[in-house]
Amino acid sequence: MHDYAGGKADWVVHGLPLEGRTAGRRRAIEVCRKDIPTCGPHEPLGEVRDRVRAGGYEMCVVVNERGIVLGRLQRKSWEKEPESLAEDCMQLGPPTTRPDHFLHEVIGRFRKGNLDRLLVTWYGRDEDGGRLVGVLFREDVERVLAENERLPR
Amino acid sequence: MPTRITREDVQRMTAEGAVLIDALSESEYVEEHIAGAVNFPLRKLDRQTTAHLAMDAPLIVYCYDLD
Repeated sequence: MHDYAGGKADWVVHGLPLEGRTAGRRRAIEVCRKDIPTCGPHEPLGEVRDRVRAGGYEMCVVVNERGIVLGRLQRKSWEKEPESLAEDCMQLGPPTTRPDHFLHEVIGRFRKGNLDRLLVTWYGRDEDGGRLVGVLFREDVERVLAENERLPR
Repeated sequence: MPTRITREDVQRMTAEGAVLIDALSESEYVEEHIAGAVNFPLRKLDRQTTAHLAMDAPLIVYCYDLD
């Protein structure tokens, strides 16, 4: 007997073939942006801010050396002293979702919490648990769901 | 004791004839399952319910995730 420990979630997020009634519905992994800037907790805020804005973004995810999410920098974080460390300015416990979650379910999270961004993090109790996969933007989810609505059935 | 295997192992072993068992509930299986898997909900997974499986082929069991 063999145990596929990653399970269906692991299979799904790697885009491998599925069967069944809901196979083909869009998921967070397909829509989340994977080019969001990241920084380490001990980086000076000013340097991070310059780098983030140069890339055209307003947010940055603070991760440790293994890519595990520690917090998020955005909006008011940038108003703090440039010499401050990222870990002292970050928002702790940012809202997250999982890469395999269906968009039509995730949109409910956005609406209920009046959120505009959700960090997508990996499952698990092992070394991958909490690792950043990407960031889901509400406008992207709404656009994809609206496009799906217009598709012929 | 089951041997933990990876996604790549699953792909290779099923291509070689291993049986992939979805241990989630029947309703979850109907909704969506890994292509080619058969459904044996964990609560019903025993010697009797699996009696007709080809025991000469490796068996791979999966649930949903590590959580």
